[in-house]
Amino acid sequence: MSSEDSVREASAALKRKRAWHWLEYVFWIAAAASVFLLPSQHALLTQIAIWALFAVSLDLLLGYAGIVSLGHAAYFGFGAYVAALFAINFTGEPVTGLVVAGVAAGLLGLITSLLVLRGTDLTRIMVTIGIALVMYEIANQMSWLTGGADGLTGMPVDPVLGFFPIYFIPKNAYAYVLVVLFALFFVAKRIVHSPFGYSLRAIKGNPLRASSIGIPNNLRLIAVYTVAAAYAGIAGALLAQTTPVVSLTYIDFQRSADVLLMLIIGGTGYLYGGIVGSALFLIAQKSIGNVTPQYWEFWIGFALVVIALFARDRGVFSIIERIVNALGKRNAKP
Amino acid sequence: MLTILFDGIAYGMLLFVIACGLAVTLGLMNFVNLAHGAFAMLGGYCAWLLVNFYGVPFFASLPIAFMFAAMIGLVAERTLYVHFYNRSHFEQVLFTIGLVFMTAAVVDYFMGSQQRFINLPSYLQGRFDFFGVGIGKYRLLIILICALIVIVLQVILGYTRFGSRLRAAVDDQRVASGLGINVNWIFALTFAFGCGLAGLGGALGAEILSLEPHFPLKYMIYFLIVVSVGGTSSITGPFLASLLLGIGDVAGKYYAPRFGGFVIYTIMIVVLVLRPQGLFARGTAK
Repeated sequence: MSSEDSVREASAALKRKRAWHWLEYVFWIAAAASVFLLPSQHALLTQIAIWALFAVSLDLLLGYAGIVSLGHAAYFGFGAYVAALFAINFTGEPVTGLVVAGVAAGLLGLITSLLVLRGTDLTRIMVTIGIALVMYEIANQMSWLTGGADGLTGMPVDPVLGFFPIYFIPKNAYAYVLVVLFALFFVAKRIVHSPFGYSLRAIKGNPLRASSIGIPNNLRLIAVYTVAAAYAGIAGALLAQTTPVVSLTYIDFQRSADVLLMLIIGGTGYLYGGIVGSALFLIAQKSIGNVTPQYWEFWIGFALVVIALFARDRGVFSIIERIVNALGKRNAKP
Repeated sequence: MLTILFDGIAYGMLLFVIACGLAVTLGLMNFVNLAHGAFAMLGGYCAWLLVNFYGVPFFASLPIAFMFAAMIGLVAERTLYVHFYNRSHFEQVLFTIGLVFMTAAVVDYFMGSQQRFINLPSYLQGRFDFFGVGIGKYRLLIILICALIVIVLQVILGYTRFGSRLRAAVDDQRVASGLGINVNWIFALTFAFGCGLAGLGGALGAEILSLEPHFPLKYMIYFLIVVSVGGTSSITGPFLASLLLGIGDVAGKYYAPRFGGFVIYTIMIVVLVLRPQGLFARGTAK
């Protein structure tokens, strides 16, 4: 009897936790409104939405399961190439392409997840970098299939589900990407607020204790790695469908580092960090990059150092919080 | 064939001289310093400026490059790195990658983005035949200097008081400090020395490793391979690992240029998965 009660209590608590905050409604309504209200910014907004999805997928790994990856572009690039090749050889219908790319990248994630199970943060960082480098080399060498350094062009993009054309129509393309982002974000939110998501956080907190209360650590990590890889693959497919060429930059180290930086800027472990971070990153890149494109790198590095020094897991928000606290203390003094 | 072996050894020796400081940092303070290559780059640029613009003889520029990188290393260690000793590997990685990006941009700003070459004295250029094996004079010099450094390092580590304190601190930091060894001080010195060696390696290797602002990023993975494959518990591990990597890389680029990188990265992954402690590490779990 009492055990039934506790189960009911636990499931009620889970439901409370996953209920949407009013700010989240505001956020998504604003995002939907931007399709109609910001016509000149659709190209940038599309980029933000795609990077956001990529960063959300990394957040599943880093923010919830505690797996540090510096090679997440491996799955992004793989998804993009799969989507492009699928569109060229079979059908140009985008949603089918997304599903195929997601499944393919997920499979790659499933296989490679076995490599990241063991070891410390450092080993994982090295192994994930290694996986991405190997994927890069493969894409570079198989130029008969991938176009190598020249990139892969000529990918057909048919109307979505046969009636919604997105090819070279920025507004529609953005709407399409935003809908995909929202749908996958919704699923990710359900995942992290499920008992599965809580078990991931337990593993992140203390693997030894997690396994001693009966959580199958390795299976859970394999599962979340697979899901995250599939998400990254879908993000890559989205980028492939909205830009005319798939190239090696989809898979290079810079992309893995950038997505990590975006997530770190926005903060890990609450899913919105990826969206906030990619928006801030790309807007900053656009404004600073216009002034001194060469030295954009300096500011990326500066941001990383500052965040590593002062902000642990809430990114810019912890810096704001610190400043507010400091000001509050000063005001409180008589 | 033997020439490739010879070039590979020279390359591997260079990698070792640059990366051995990283091995000590990682082994001693458990600190992941991805910015280690940046110190090598600074040493390289220092030597380049001195030799090409101020007419300093090449051999005199090497110790100056060493001192320069060591001083910068010491300052960076005392002001920035100390804040990160007790943080997670992940935060250390963020911080040091940030440093790499910043140095790359700063060097780009002051030195330009093209590749730089140090003017070598004429007696170091060219190659001679030794029983049918073509031997580059400059590469021979690299091997000699690096071999000397390896021997000196072994002597310092194995036979001096400082060396035994350092080894004690690597093996067990807490017990070592309990015995009255000033671990922080040892670490600061070792860090600076490691940076200095990196700077020396960068100056020596400017010719082979191509000196340009993205040098630290390009070779980061190589230094990490040396450290993670070789393990951090001794000097011999990273030494053997860098020789293997150097020979493998040169031979791979020569015999199978299309698959060189691929093979090395794959081997790295396999070694890391099978032996997370490193290929040559002692069987102790830390």
